[in-house]
Amino acid sequence: MKPYLRDFVPKNLEDIPDTTSYEAGYLVTKNAGWRSIRPVIDNTQCVGCLACYLHCPDGVIFKSNGKVEIDYDFCKGCGICKNVCRLGAIRMEAEK
Amino acid sequence: MAVNAKTLNETEFFYGHKACAGCGGSLAVRIALKVLGENSIAVLPAGCMSAVGFNFPQLCFGNNAIISTFAGTASMLTGVAAGLRAQGITDFHAVGFAGDGGTADIGLQALSGAIDRNDDILYICYDNEAYMNTGIQKSSLTPFGAKTTTTPAGKNIRGNLRPKKNMFEIVAAHGISYAATASVGYLNDFMKKVEKASKIKGTKYIHIIAPCPTGWGVKTDETVDIAREVVDCGLWYLAEYENGQYTLNYRPNQFGDVAAYLQKQTRFKHLTEEDIQTIISSRDTKWEFINQNFH
Ligand SMILES: Cc1ncc(C[n+]2csc(CCOP(=O)(O)OP(=O)(O)O)c2C)c(N)n1
Ligand code: SF4
Ligand SMILES: [Mg+2]
Repeated sequence: MKPYLRDFVPKNLEDIPDTTSYEAGYLVTKNAGWRSIRPVIDNTQCVGCLACYLHCPDGVIFKSNGKVEIDYDFCKGCGICKNVCRLGAIRMEAEK
Repeated sequence: MAVNAKTLNETEFFYGHKACAGCGGSLAVRIALKVLGENSIAVLPAGCMSAVGFNFPQLCFGNNAIISTFAGTASMLTGVAAGLRAQGITDFHAVGFAGDGGTADIGLQALSGAIDRNDDILYICYDNEAYMNTGIQKSSLTPFGAKTTTTPAGKNIRGNLRPKKNMFEIVAAHGISYAATASVGYLNDFMKKVEKASKIKGTKYIHIIAPCPTGWGVKTDETVDIAREVVDCGLWYLAEYENGQYTLNYRPNQFGDVAAYLQKQTRFKHLTEEDIQTIISSRDTKWEFINQNFH
C-alpha cells in the first residue's frame, strides 16, 4: 500500500478536531520540492535485488513487475539508492 | 526464513515525513515498522522522529502513533500495553522510537523502570549521537572527540571529552529479556533482531546507530556507507544479550581504517593524530572485553 495525498486540507478552526488525535497517514504536502537531483533507474540494468527499496529513508521506492519504481512526489533526492545499487543501475540527474 | 527485502511487508508506515534527505533515524523507524506491521502502536518522545512525523495535518505514521514527553517514552509504552491488555487486545506491538538524548539522558529512568517491571514493550533507540532536533548538542551517547554546539572544537579542547555511554550493557545489567545493538548499515541484521524481539514477551531494547548527515557532516548519500564503516572499523558492534549471555553477531575479519572513518565527517575534522590514537586504543580495550565476555 502506498500512502497518498488527501484532497481535504483542514485549515479552519472548525476543521481541527477537539481531541488530539487524527487519521493516521494523512498526507497533505509533497516533498518533491526539496530535491535538486533525482534518481533515475535504468531498467535494463536493474535485476530487482531491492537494495534501493530496502535502504530508502523515505520509502519512496516500490516494487513493480520484478523491478522498482520511484514515487517522485516524495523522493528528496538523497542519493542513498544510487550508492547501494551494486549494478550501477541508478544515476542522479539534475532537476530542471 | 528471516525477513528480508523480498519478504518484507510492502506497506509503508512512515511516509511523507519531513526528515532531512538521507536521515538514518527515519530509515530505522521505517524498517522497524515494516517488520512489526500495522498492529504497532508507536510512541515517540521529543526528538527528530516526532518532529518530522507529526506536523498536523501532515501525519506520517500509517499505524497508531503518539508523542510522549521527552522523558516518558518507556512509561507511555507501559501505559499503552496495559491499556490494550485491559481491553482484551493481545495482538499488538507497543514500540518506542527515542533518540540517544531521549534514551541515555532524560529517558533513562523511565526505561529502567519498565525493564524492572519487565513490561511487554519494544524500545528502539535510534542513536545519531547528539541532540539533533535542537541543533546538535552533546548527549551522553556522543562519542569522544565529536564536535557539537556544546562541545566545540577549539585550541585547548577538541570536541567532546567523554566517551560514549554504554547503553547496551546498562540495559543488559538489568537482566532484560532481550537487548541488541544494530546499525542502519546492516539492515538484514536489524530486521532479524526486530522480528526476534517481536516474539519475545517482556522488555526488549534495540540500540541502532543511525547517522545524521546534518549533524555528522557527511553527504546525504553516505548515511548507509558510514553506518557500515563504523561497524567495520570496530567503533560499533552488532551483538545481542539474552538469557544472561552476550553474543557477538558479526566480527570484521580485519578492522577498517578508523582515521578514514573519522576524517570523512565534519564533526571529527579537528582531531589530532593523538586524538585518533586515543580512539583506536579505547576501541581495542572494548574489543578485549568483547572477546572475553561475548560468545
Ligand atoms: C523536557 C524537554 N526538554 C527539552 C526539550 C527540547 N528538545 C526537543 S527535541 C530535543 C533533542 C532530542 O535529541 P535526541 O533524543 O537525541 O533525538 P534527535 O533529535 O537527535 O533525533 C530536545 C532537547 C523537550 N522537548 N522537552
Ligand atoms: S537533523 Fe539528523 S536526525 Fe534530524 S531529521 Fe535531519 S538527518 Fe534526521
Ligand atoms: Mg539524537
